[in-house]
Amino acid sequence: MDNKPIYLDNNATTRVYPAVVEAMLPFFTEHFGNASSIHAFGSEVGKALKTARGQVQALLGAEHDSEIIFTSCGTESDSTAILSALKAQPERNTVITTNVEHPAILTLCEWLEKEGYIVHKLKVDKKGRIDMDEYRSMLHGRVAIVSVMWANNETGTIFPVEEMAAIASAKGIMFHTDAVQAVGKIPIDLKNTKIDMLSLSGHKLHAPKGIGVLYLRRGCRFRPLLRGGHQERGRRAGTEASASIVALGKACELALQNMEKENTEVRRLRDKLETGILSQITHCFPTGDVSNRLPNTSNIAFEYIEGEAILLLLNKLGIAASSGSACTSGSLEPSHVMRAMGIPYTAAHGTIRFSLSVDNTEAEIDRVIAAVPPIIAQLRKLSPYWGENGPAANPEAAFAPSYS
Amino acid sequence: MWEYSEKVREHFFNPRNSGPLEEANGIGDVGSIQCGDALRLMLKVEPETEIIQDAHFQTFGCGSAIASSSALTEIIKGMTLDEALKVSNQDIADFLDGLPPEKMHCSVMGREALQAAIANYRGEEWSDDHEEGALICKCFAIDAVMIEDVVKANDLNTVEEVTFYTKAGGGCAACHEGIEEILAKVKAERPGMGETSPPAACPATPEAPKPPAKKLSIVEKIAKIQEVLESVRPMLQRDHGDVELADVQGKKIYVHLKGACSGCMMEAATLGGIQQKMIETLGELVQVLPSSMMPVEA
Repeated sequence: MDNKPIYLDNNATTRVYPAVVEAMLPFFTEHFGNASSIHAFGSEVGKALKTARGQVQALLGAEHDSEIIFTSCGTESDSTAILSALKAQPERNTVITTNVEHPAILTLCEWLEKEGYIVHKLKVDKKGRIDMDEYRSMLHGRVAIVSVMWANNETGTIFPVEEMAAIASAKGIMFHTDAVQAVGKIPIDLKNTKIDMLSLSGHKLHAPKGIGVLYLRRGCRFRPLLRGGHQERGRRAGTEASASIVALGKACELALQNMEKENTEVRRLRDKLETGILSQITHCFPTGDVSNRLPNTSNIAFEYIEGEAILLLLNKLGIAASSGSACTSGSLEPSHVMRAMGIPYTAAHGTIRFSLSVDNTEAEIDRVIAAVPPIIAQLRKLSPYWGENGPAANPEAAFAPSYS
Repeated sequence: MWEYSEKVREHFFNPRNSGPLEEANGIGDVGSIQCGDALRLMLKVEPETEIIQDAHFQTFGCGSAIASSSALTEIIKGMTLDEALKVSNQDIADFLDGLPPEKMHCSVMGREALQAAIANYRGEEWSDDHEEGALICKCFAIDAVMIEDVVKANDLNTVEEVTFYTKAGGGCAACHEGIEEILAKVKAERPGMGETSPPAACPATPEAPKPPAKKLSIVEKIAKIQEVLESVRPMLQRDHGDVELADVQGKKIYVHLKGACSGCMMEAATLGGIQQKMIETLGELVQVLPSSMMPVEA
């Protein structure tokens, strides 16, 4: 049997495209100059950075290339955006976000709370959707910034950030979106939105790790996180990571070219995978807002079994995916996204995320569809919550431990 | 991914003795689905000799939970019940050539399932034994006795280690102070004395309230109640909540939980904590209730 590895964890990170590697390599040995230098070594690099900035601008649909600020990662972009909004508007002390954000936002917000800021996290319903009325009711004169992810990393659920940004803008409130999962997967046209700031991360779209972007709308008040140099027009000091920036530019160009394939072919394979699994296995369901999500993501909850065990068995067959179970992350509770949606514990611990890319093939998807059902059956056979052919009648009563 | 030993991987991929055991005469169920770990251990004990003739398990959990369950059944088969009771969680971990620290609680769960199954065989109520200690970790329902036992058995020194072994403190983290107190207490007992810790001691259980020297006047009582509330407010305010005295009716103290506290999932735990302090301070049994439970006609 073919045991070639199958990578279905593209929301965690992606393979750097060979064309991207090829584009960046000369910037280590040939064009190694510092873009700030006057001599020829430097000016070569300066031109390359300008090209890359234009490529990112095109993918984001930004109006000006100076709105693109290169950073080290998505997390840096997120921190820069929120801290900037608070610093630039000291009279405002509130941050609005959601309770399903990436830890890059949530952990920062927890720290801000300890520092005395007010953080309001919007709740989501069982499909992971925001209540827009609640959102509207939270916007007041002391809100410094709203930060809402464009697409959820675990479920792929897309938030209506364009609409939300317009509402915030009408009230004079800054709007940031963590679009790390969305950029390169769905079309984005920032110049026709009211989004003030956007974070992206290179390694989620086939560029290397260690490069990110903060989009900053022209005219949006800003305070840098890193000071110490004139790079990025003084908005992000530190010598430009030229090779990585060139790589990101190339990756953005390719992402734009692949956008249609991502939303047709990748979507078709994702749907085939999901349907293939759901039709063969009982007591499992897709999580999130399935009709409004990224084309590459499918998150399936398998009830009465635990995710890490599923991943280990998948890994044995060369299939890479990820899980929202407590055990995989070393935390003790299942994913905050699953809990926010009210997914019962019997299912939350058994969620598996499959995230595809344009690299995946029909044959791979067929192999995964064949591989999953025996794994689920094997683990359910071990589970005290599972009977002969289905969940133990009233699982809570059938298995009532001495302490729980 | 975790660094699992070959032995853990082997027992996970090929678990021994899994599935129901028809002739089981001792069954131990521990863990809970909330935590993501649950284990049912089934023993077939020969009544004459008390030898464990067969042992099976069913486990909901990660790779190391399944491997620990499998290892446990292999270890105890052929043992007498008294021998089996001496099996520690460390024995289970050692059998598997070690477990990652974050996964030690899987072996602890195995030992508990064993105790529960043997108690079940003997017709004893294992959970009663377990509930001796005050509940420390409310997120994972871990009590003081269990924490203390595990701290002593594994020579633990930090809250983090306690969390790795028992899960206690791994949720809301509100109990870290309580865990630190247990650690300090065990540490103080460690050097010297030369005696094994008395099993009857249940030190984490709050001391029975001492009778007050004289009965408090209602004014004194309310002043003391306010004092307790003032002492907990900073903690609640840190979480953007607050508390305020609503009314005192006999032994019932009604409070308004405000801000983030109202409707919080931890509301019951918060009130429980305040109540404990009230009992200690006032020296009498009182009940702390949300103002929403006040009788309509006060």
